[in-house]
Amino acid sequence: MIEFDHVSVTFAGQAAPVLRDVDLRIPEGELCLVIGRTGSGKTTLLRTINGLVPHFSGGTLSGRVVVDGRDTREHRPRDLAEIVGFVGQDPLSGFVTDTVEDELAYGMESLGLPADVMRKRVEETLDLLGLAELRQRPLAALSGGQQQRVAIGSVLTTHPRVLVLDEPTSALDPLAAEEVLATLQRLVHDLGMTVVLAEHRLERVVQYADRVVLVPGGGGTVVDGPPAEVLAGSPIAPPVVELGRIAGWRPLPLSVRDARRRAAPLKEELDGLSAPDHGCSRPGEVVAGTSDLVAGYPRLPVLKGVSATLSRGEVVALMGRNGVGKSTFLKTLVGLATPDSGRVEVGGQVPADLKPAQLLRQVGLVPQVPGDLLYESTVARECAQADKDGGVAPGTTADLFERLSPGVPGEQHPRDLSEGQRLTLALAIVLAADPPLLLLDEPTRGLDYTAKHRLVEILRDLAAGGHAVMLATHDVELVAEVATRVVVLADGEVVADGTVTDVVVSSPAFAPQVAKILAPESWLTPTDVAVALAGVTTVSRP
Amino acid sequence: MRPQNLITFPRMLHPGAWWLWALGLAAAASRTQNPIPLLLILAVTAFVVAARKSDAPWARSYGAFLKLALVVIGIRIVFQALLSSGSQGPTVLFTLPEIPVPGSTGIKLGGEVTLEAVLQAFYEGLQLATILVCVGAANSLGSARRLLRSVPGALYEVGIAVVIALTFAPQLVTDAARVRAAHRLRGQSGGLRAMKRLAMPVLEGALDRSVELAAAMDSRGYGRTTAATPAARRLTGLLTLTGLLGLCVGVYGLLSATSAGWLGLPMLVAGSLLCAAGIYFGGRRIGRTTYRPDPWALPEWLVAGSGLTAAAAMFVNVRADPAELVLASITAVPPVPLVATFGILVAMLPAIVAPPLPRPAAQTTRSSEMEVAA
Repeated sequence: MIEFDHVSVTFAGQAAPVLRDVDLRIPEGELCLVIGRTGSGKTTLLRTINGLVPHFSGGTLSGRVVVDGRDTREHRPRDLAEIVGFVGQDPLSGFVTDTVEDELAYGMESLGLPADVMRKRVEETLDLLGLAELRQRPLAALSGGQQQRVAIGSVLTTHPRVLVLDEPTSALDPLAAEEVLATLQRLVHDLGMTVVLAEHRLERVVQYADRVVLVPGGGGTVVDGPPAEVLAGSPIAPPVVELGRIAGWRPLPLSVRDARRRAAPLKEELDGLSAPDHGCSRPGEVVAGTSDLVAGYPRLPVLKGVSATLSRGEVVALMGRNGVGKSTFLKTLVGLATPDSGRVEVGGQVPADLKPAQLLRQVGLVPQVPGDLLYESTVARECAQADKDGGVAPGTTADLFERLSPGVPGEQHPRDLSEGQRLTLALAIVLAADPPLLLLDEPTRGLDYTAKHRLVEILRDLAAGGHAVMLATHDVELVAEVATRVVVLADGEVVADGTVTDVVVSSPAFAPQVAKILAPESWLTPTDVAVALAGVTTVSRP
Repeated sequence: MRPQNLITFPRMLHPGAWWLWALGLAAAASRTQNPIPLLLILAVTAFVVAARKSDAPWARSYGAFLKLALVVIGIRIVFQALLSSGSQGPTVLFTLPEIPVPGSTGIKLGGEVTLEAVLQAFYEGLQLATILVCVGAANSLGSARRLLRSVPGALYEVGIAVVIALTFAPQLVTDAARVRAAHRLRGQSGGLRAMKRLAMPVLEGALDRSVELAAAMDSRGYGRTTAATPAARRLTGLLTLTGLLGLCVGVYGLLSATSAGWLGLPMLVAGSLLCAAGIYFGGRRIGRTTYRPDPWALPEWLVAGSGLTAAAAMFVNVRADPAELVLASITAVPPVPLVATFGILVAMLPAIVAPPLPRPAAQTTRSSEMEVAA
């Protein structure tokens, strides 16, 4: 269906090619997963499929990409519209119209299809994707999962043979992500579509893939093959594969179900060993707390009486569905939202009453889009500005950033940093004034596994150094790695507040993969298992 | 009979019909300063809006335009009182302290305020206010955005650009609020420098989104069916542009009392013909189709016709008996222009002949959810 023939892509002004000599055949009806670190060229690879690279992006493409017999050299993206459906990273920014029905029809209108065909296809697509009840709704009022499904539907109406998706589930909570993935599987199984998608959250998608393409980045050779084979040698792997490597399973399991069926011997081996306690052994003084906090919109409280405390040395994960009030809770802690009733205290003071310059020394928040914090033209000037804002010695922020993310030249523009580097720069800026409380809103959005490991190390160090950390997140694997306590919000109230083991292991939505495999024992991460097993071997051998 | 032709079949009326109706009333208002027909027009718009407005966000714009209209009248009266030259009438209401203006500009600040001057200002302000309220009524009854869906193929590119701009503007405001909040987190308070810092990330975000949108539109086939030679494109552009120019001149000629006769109707007809030709030729080169176009059926004809009747009646009345509409004495009790009044009352019909709106049965939960999103 899709053929890459010695494809290399070089963008203007860059010495090295992004992709070098890619040779790839994707047969019809396969679900093909493209993996790789951020900035490795995954998006570029996807965009060559419908000709956006090089027709839209510029740059030089050598070799040949042929999709369903059409060469992208002679066909512009618009000429491939009924062959390749392309869904970009942020569905909302790709919407042209403003209601669901019009958006589904837009592509067909551009192709000039007759009115009766359009009418029928829109109805079919509404049913296929379960969008019938949303047909009249404004697109901006939909939830993230619904928007993603509308974006998929809007390219399906032209009846393409290939569907290309760039990180379709990165911004979604676990349940909305499953909704989208179930839709994709249905397209592959029932309609025989060829689906190519890039995704960082391997634990969500790898079990559905027929083929994995690893883009190593830096112009290295692109590897492709069956998922288990490619992942065996891949530097990035989901927890289930890591556990498989530790236990020495061949071939590697890809889904929780595979792994569970083979886990009996491992469970026996682990019998008698106790899973490490992820709780904070000795929490320090309380740095922030809320009691009976009510906040939200007029006549529409989002938080309905939340009481919680945060102490030094803790890493608290705030979990719950999209829109449940996680961000609102963080905002009240930094005074961006004022409570309707109840108390909020940070360092013994009410955050909304503090001046920005005073607040800086009490609490730091890294927003969902870390780039919002940045506005200078170079990293060095950004750091200098943070020193000035925080009233600390010049060079403090730059040193901090160097420690968190070594080797970034100071004259680089913040926009050219990778997703992970931008996050650490925002972290360094926020930490410059050394606030005892650090808040992070969805820190792993768009981060690859390597960047995530780095973030876990940084957060552990901060907690060990006496900071209180709270992160609002959907990423259960991150929670399993780093959190000492989990607070779950639902319908504006705290429904669970306890150690990770207590809260997460028994939850169907929030349990990490290792916990699902080794249930009912409360192992959370592959590392825990590896450490425990290593302890056994050293003990039994002497 | 197709259900679309029934005035009892609940549906959304074509927004174009509402705009024609409102523009008809506005045209009628533009020809008179007699407060009786003007107030009548205001009452008619209020009545129809109350009867047929939806609960969509844009439906609230009538109130906003009404407030704006009051401000217009107020400003007009205050300025007239402050800057009147004293020669406008014998009936002095009160005397303000006078500030001499140097030089022989003929302008003076303060001084005597006459009833004639204030009334004149009120009537003139009322006329402008009525036209404004007509536009407000059109806005709240027919969504401008939905109207853009019906633009002819030749103007499609312009239409889509406006739709995108309408979507981007609120997004820009949200972005700005988000970035401002983020800057507070860095310990910075407001000020002029803050504006500069705000602009960078917000504009970058907008630019990124535009590029994303362009890529999405390209990969969904935008502009694919356009197969026009440059010459054909230029011809279409020329025809449409000349036509629009003719239309403008024609409308001006028709609405202004002083212009020559040939400037009015003939120019309007010529302009319309040129425009139609341009849109026809332009539309032929565009191979795109429209999904579920808004129907134009009997109720649309009735609504648009009632508005145009009001305008026509006013024009006839002005020609036949100008004294009823152009007031001879500003302080006399204004006469009731019979033909014009009849026309304006006809424009009240849409309160009945426009189909009722469908009851939002499944939408009650939706609107509350939209509030959450907002």
